[in-house]
Amino acid sequence: MSSETNVRHPAEGTSSPSTAWEPVIGLEVHVELATATKLFCGCRNEFGAPPNTHVCPVCLGLPGALPVLNEKAVELALRLGTALQFTMPEQSIFHRKNYFYPDMPKNFQTSQYDEPICLQGVIDVDGTTVRITRAHLEEDTGKSLHVGGGGRIHDADHSLVDYNRAGVPLLEIVSEPDIFSAEQARAYVTELRATLLALGVSDVKMEEGSMRVDANVSIRRTGTSELGTRTEIKNMNSIRSVQRAIEYEITRQIEVLEDGGRVVQETRHWNEVDSRTHSMRSKEEAYDYRYFPEPDLVPVAPSVELRERVRAALPELPGAARARLVADWGISEHDARVVLDVPGLARFVQATVGALKAGTPRDVVNWATGEVLAHVNEAGVAVDELTLAPDALAELVALVAGGTINRNQAKEVLAEALRAGSRPAAIVEARGLAQESDTDALGASIDAVLAAHPDVVADYRAGDDGVKKKKRGFLMGEMQKALKGRANGPVLAQLLDERLNA
Amino acid sequence: MSAVEIAAAVRSGERRAIDVLEEHLARIDEREGQIHAFNTVLADDARAAADAVDAAVAAGGDPGPLAGVPIALKDNLCTRGVPTTCSSRILEHWKPPYDATVVSRLRAAGALIVGKTNLDEFAMGSSTENSAFGPTRNPHDLSRVPGGSSGGSAAAVAAGFATLGLGSDTGGSIRQPASLCGVVGAKPTYGAVSRYGLVAFASSLDQIGPFATTVEDAALLLSTIAGHDPCDSTSIARPFPDLRSGIDGGVDGLRVGIVEELTDVEGITDEVRDAVEAAGRALEKDGARVDRVSLPSSAYALSAYYLIAPAEASSNLARYDGVRYGLRVDAPDVETMNASTRDDGFGAEVKRRIMLGTYALSAGYYDAYYGQAQRVRTLIVRDFARAYERFDVLLAPTSPTVAFEVGARTADPLAMYLSDVCTIPSNLSGDPAISVPWGAVDGLPIGVQVLAPALQEALMFRVARAVEAVAP
Repeated sequence: MSSETNVRHPAEGTSSPSTAWEPVIGLEVHVELATATKLFCGCRNEFGAPPNTHVCPVCLGLPGALPVLNEKAVELALRLGTALQFTMPEQSIFHRKNYFYPDMPKNFQTSQYDEPICLQGVIDVDGTTVRITRAHLEEDTGKSLHVGGGGRIHDADHSLVDYNRAGVPLLEIVSEPDIFSAEQARAYVTELRATLLALGVSDVKMEEGSMRVDANVSIRRTGTSELGTRTEIKNMNSIRSVQRAIEYEITRQIEVLEDGGRVVQETRHWNEVDSRTHSMRSKEEAYDYRYFPEPDLVPVAPSVELRERVRAALPELPGAARARLVADWGISEHDARVVLDVPGLARFVQATVGALKAGTPRDVVNWATGEVLAHVNEAGVAVDELTLAPDALAELVALVAGGTINRNQAKEVLAEALRAGSRPAAIVEARGLAQESDTDALGASIDAVLAAHPDVVADYRAGDDGVKKKKRGFLMGEMQKALKGRANGPVLAQLLDERLNA
Repeated sequence: MSAVEIAAAVRSGERRAIDVLEEHLARIDEREGQIHAFNTVLADDARAAADAVDAAVAAGGDPGPLAGVPIALKDNLCTRGVPTTCSSRILEHWKPPYDATVVSRLRAAGALIVGKTNLDEFAMGSSTENSAFGPTRNPHDLSRVPGGSSGGSAAAVAAGFATLGLGSDTGGSIRQPASLCGVVGAKPTYGAVSRYGLVAFASSLDQIGPFATTVEDAALLLSTIAGHDPCDSTSIARPFPDLRSGIDGGVDGLRVGIVEELTDVEGITDEVRDAVEAAGRALEKDGARVDRVSLPSSAYALSAYYLIAPAEASSNLARYDGVRYGLRVDAPDVETMNASTRDDGFGAEVKRRIMLGTYALSAGYYDAYYGQAQRVRTLIVRDFARAYERFDVLLAPTSPTVAFEVGARTADPLAMYLSDVCTIPSNLSGDPAISVPWGAVDGLPIGVQVLAPALQEALMFRVARAVEAVAP
């Protein structure tokens, strides 16, 4: 524990502080599969229900109850396997992983061990290939709440257990130690998350625990190939904390080694509050899980028909989709990523683009990733739940492109459309927002303003470029004021210049 | 009256189910105090079921193929709202919120569940002496054991407390007590009967099966409970035949093999060996071709079984920790609570097997014990396959001895384990087997075992019926 006290906290976004050392990172990502029911019974797989309302003899592990495998979970695993080029053996089997855990009704977890459903896949992370060792199916445990004391099991007055989550299907995706920085770890998790989302394999909501990341981190001298002693970091519940925790752990291990110490193989817990990892338990007293083949389940042998159906229905992967959007719409890689990573946003943008009568897809993306997304985040609604219809946004883009309103007006219109669900054209109409583009009307206003400020006009005409610019800006401002901001800027500027330079 | 006769009489309105039931309840009143076949007698529930059957008959409805037939269920079969104890302190007061699939099927078939029967705790044992609630006695001789672990169901049928019984057979737990109690008992093909709601002992070996006084009754009961169940992944997804049709087809032309290793097994009594030989000769007289056959790997079956079964048991029994249901011994912390609950809740034999199984599965010993046992299991499957290339069915003793004295083997677990030496091979292979009574020595019944290839129950019952017909 003393090794933790003098560790400097690396600033976020920096790479590992010493070039003499190289981190080697492997990630274990658990995702909850987007099935309607649990892995081995018909109970609902749903987050946030009142405790113990989605339970039955099977997921409670009552005496005599038997598991029956959810075929949808198999299909979702195959979907990921197909997309990431895994080898998918004709047959995989379940094992029992025996250990005591107060949240686990049977006191063993049904999981896949040496014959998992997916073996040896790959994922492209920013142009680098990361190998994925395996992806296997397993059931989740329940959840304990320790009441009284420090909220920990040992000094609690009593404990309550909610088994709604027990038996929820998980896919554990284990990478090879192919990741060499915290940034790359973050990019890997981001890419995997986007892929799982695009495939509909999981809703990947880290805040609800439907995607959980454990990281194995070790350090070695740069240029060597042997792996150092690793620690496993648990409890990272956002992509940001994945990066921060790994950065912290890299620095901590380097300090231990540079101080002549030895990294202890152990499980460490990431504490978001103090931004440190803490020792949870030593791995020296290794668990003996006493794995053996689950006798209550037959081998998983997906049919050729199922495999073909999965292959045929495979959607576009995020990498390809990003490249397509960049090419087709002329948007940045970053914007393409935002469009694809926010659930429902790609569909929304695509529909808006489809409904465009004027303006460009790029305009749509700007509005969607700017104002619309800000509203989504502030109001805490999903894109799919927006009152704003795609064709309404298309209408707004067209109003700006046609010069009916300017950007600032459009922001107000959009804010109201998002809030009240009204159509942009109707808002513009009701609020009398349409831009004045009529040259006669604008010309009359310009003449009135020029007449009111003859000294400014004189200064303009006598002044150098700097003075000219300043005086012109003043006059533009006065005119917009007179027109209550409704003037079509470019038209107004052109008319003003014509008069000043006449 | 047999179950077939009772069901026919009740369905035709010739007899009332309630009258049939009361005769059986009267016998329970008379002798249950001496025999202790039951953990729970369900007289009122059974009367309500009988009234429902009688009402259905009166209304012209179909009360089912087991209408009005009293049946005793081993107390490791889940019965909704009724104690299901496995004869263990740890589940003494546990009432399942659901019925086992076999129980649902029995209710739908019009059977009357008269009670839950005693067993060796969690079905671990061969004498029904390992019950937390005291031993069951053999109705033929109260100083003797009924066999086990389904000794309660065997005794209940033998004593006339119920016309039919259900047991579970992991290493012979139906056939051996059937033999010792002089009734018919069968273990079907693994997967033929749903295990959903059977409290697991060793999942890859457990099968539910029938007890009856006649082979035909056993066939009727098995036909009623067998068949695919979507709640059990290991349940075989194909229709199960009606075993009674063709049951009287005889054995003419059939090839019957007498298993050498099981008939010459160490500790077998002359009477038992003679019974098997006599059964073979009788079948020969009926037209079968009888010869001896070797199952060389059966010598290792017992050892393999006593690694695999405890290994699975150690995992299956891990859920009894005092947290959710059953016994809880209060303690200041969770580990002590788990340990004290298990210490008080489990008997010596269950603890012995949990420890054996935990050891056999532990890292470093897995390959030497569990892995090796699974390899032996494969060899036994091959032995049977080879034997069935030459023979249609096999004959063997069920138990090497007749019923032994209460207490005779309790101090020596290994001697007790040898009680199952003739029945275990077919649990390891998953094939069906049936024990048919073949006379008695000094009033103590002997059983002869008929073994058949997987899913050949129809053939097996046909041969069993033929054995029954010529039995002394």
